[in-house]
Amino acid sequence: MFSIEVTDLKKSYGSLKAVDGITFTVKQGEVFGLLGPNGAGKTTTIEIMEGLRERDSGEVKILGLDPWKDGYEVHKKIGVIPQEFTFFEKTTPKEAINYYANLFNVKVDADAILKEVLLDEMEKHVFESLSGGQKQKTGLALSLVNSPEVLFLDEPTTGLDPNARRAIWEVIRKLKSKGKTIILTTHYLDEAQQLADRVAIMDHGHIVAIGTTEEIIQQHGSGERLEIQGTQQLAKYIKENTDLQVEYNQIREKIIIPLKNKIDMLAALAAAEQSKMPWGEIQTLQDSLEDVFIKLINEPLGEQQEKEIEQKSNKKGRR
Amino acid sequence: MVSFKRIYADFKVFSVGYLRNKYGLFFGLIFPVILILIFGAIFSGDTGTTDIYAQNKDEGIFNPEGITGIGINFGDQFLSALNESSTIRVVIVDASENFEDFLKAHSAEDGIVIPANFSKAYASGQQVNITVYGSPASSTSGIVSGTVSGYANYFNLQHYNGSVIIGVTLTPLNAQQTNYIDFLIPGLIGFSILTNPMFSLVNIAADYKKNKLFKQLSLTPLTKMEWLTSKVLFYIVLSAAGFLLMVSVGVFAFGAHIMLSSLEQILALIPFLILGPTLFASLGMLVGSVAKNPETAGVIGNIVTFPMMFLAGTFFPLSMMPKYLQTVAHVLPLFYVTEGLNNVMVYGNITNACIDIAVLGVITAVIFLLAVKLFKWRED
Ligand SMILES: Nc1ncnc2c1ncn2[C@@H]1O[C@H](COP(=O)(O)OP(=O)(O)OP(=O)(O)O)[C@@H](O)[C@H]1O
Ligand SMILES: [Mg+2]
Repeated sequence: MFSIEVTDLKKSYGSLKAVDGITFTVKQGEVFGLLGPNGAGKTTTIEIMEGLRERDSGEVKILGLDPWKDGYEVHKKIGVIPQEFTFFEKTTPKEAINYYANLFNVKVDADAILKEVLLDEMEKHVFESLSGGQKQKTGLALSLVNSPEVLFLDEPTTGLDPNARRAIWEVIRKLKSKGKTIILTTHYLDEAQQLADRVAIMDHGHIVAIGTTEEIIQQHGSGERLEIQGTQQLAKYIKENTDLQVEYNQIREKIIIPLKNKIDMLAALAAAEQSKMPWGEIQTLQDSLEDVFIKLINEPLGEQQEKEIEQKSNKKGRR
Repeated sequence: MVSFKRIYADFKVFSVGYLRNKYGLFFGLIFPVILILIFGAIFSGDTGTTDIYAQNKDEGIFNPEGITGIGINFGDQFLSALNESSTIRVVIVDASENFEDFLKAHSAEDGIVIPANFSKAYASGQQVNITVYGSPASSTSGIVSGTVSGYANYFNLQHYNGSVIIGVTLTPLNAQQTNYIDFLIPGLIGFSILTNPMFSLVNIAADYKKNKLFKQLSLTPLTKMEWLTSKVLFYIVLSAAGFLLMVSVGVFAFGAHIMLSSLEQILALIPFLILGPTLFASLGMLVGSVAKNPETAGVIGNIVTFPMMFLAGTFFPLSMMPKYLQTVAHVLPLFYVTEGLNNVMVYGNITNACIDIAVLGVITAVIFLLAVKLFKWRED
């Protein structure tokens, strides 16, 4: 059962393609992370799903409903924290919660909600006097008032202190355990790894990778590598005396050897020992989500060109 | 489906927020009172040119002996002469009208009637009297009778070396004495009925759009109509409070004469205190939503508001303004608020007030619906 179905969604602002044909689904009870650099199109996508912006083309179904046409129905079933949440300046968080409860015609325990998002101390302060993080927490509190089935959280933890971030993670985990579907955007990749069942990485309006974080790392990462602390001479020695691919990072003084097989490690270390040169710490590493992210985002220009260059030189070689 | 629970919830949050804002309270309630104090002190007792209704019943004469000319009407000459004065502007009333009824119907308290035998008597040197209507105690009345007497003397001098041929009879009208302050109170009540909701909603419309608060609200079951209704209700309450405050200050500080004795008058006031804020809150919303950004919203808001502030009879009674401006005033919605308030509070003329209520009701309904239709919660 899909809570969210997005098919070939497009939205342009003038000549700028903010969202350029994306397709994905989110299952009920799933936490789905939307990642991507500034301007990738995350907020545009989310606000179209919330029924706050009209799409140019494509299909969007939230709980089976069209969020633009059936906005009034959809809004009763979703909770939203917009990016940079703002509220009436002279209203306190507690008043805001009670206001929402009246609008949605539900009974809530405002104090309990405030406690849940760690805002109980500030319940009597008006919104304009709250700190950035406290404002964000007010947004989270309000998104919970109508017990939504689907939550859209656009950068809910940006600007929060570590404690508050973890508190919000707890809230999100609790919501997940209650079977809520959650769409989450964030610039913190550890947060995505911690919370999301699946993530999509967006760039320039496209989805460039989608899946569980492990899948994405496996598909787009460069596999395991060995790093040895040592000099450039040592790197050269290893390269000349094995058939391994060897790179050297001068700044970190690391010899980097991608491992095709685990056994390659033995060959590399044997060569190092044989060289009689000094060498330090050794480590085997794998690409993190962050490494993959940076690689994917920088790819469109950098790697694309590299590939083209590679292809051209290959053709020449064959001749 | 309009939900009163939601309207009340929004009303409560908005009111509490408003009361927490000191500037809002100052401009909403205190500022108009300060204006009353300032204008009341500056202008108490003073008047400029006054419009005055005149009826010329003079039948004229043909080929009078001793005076050349065919078909002379001295009544016309007299009124044209009066019109040259700097204090009076003559507005001719058809000779067929019942003059006293006409004055009442037009909420006027001064008037001149030239009798039928005026030319004949003047030509033949018989005494004849011009009737001047007015309440003796009112300041304009003094100006009118003084001016008319002055011109009567001038006519007497011209042909009869000053012997009194044309006299002046003063007929007191059953009208209350009205001072500048009496016009100022309804005028400034109109002013605050205009400015409070108008400026506030232009501002809110632009601000909520910029801060995405409309988007935020669109995610709740609150509808645009409910939201605007709640704002309208708030400004009705604020206007009622302002009304009581200003009337009290006017009466106790300046001894303003305000006619709120009968139930009929109080009932006639209520529509203005409801329709006025509804109209201008909606107009503010309309301006704020058609504008692309807060800056243009402010500019358009001022363009719409300022002419009304000065030309719709807020600071000066309309009768003191040039004729063409009086005509212009009729297209300004605020005109019907101030004129109506004047009709009720100054002249006690409920019939005329009902016409203002009808016009105002139509304008308000149109603007309210237009505002609800045109302002957007969401973006396209
Ligand atoms: N209302 C708008 N009018 C014009 N351009 C817009 C509008 N909204 C978004 N854009 C453009 O669309 C692109 C995507 O914006 P969007 O806000 O979706 O990015 P984002 O991924 O949420 O970025 P961030 O991480 O900075 O929040 C940007 O280039 C932005 O300039
Ligand atoms: Mg964004």
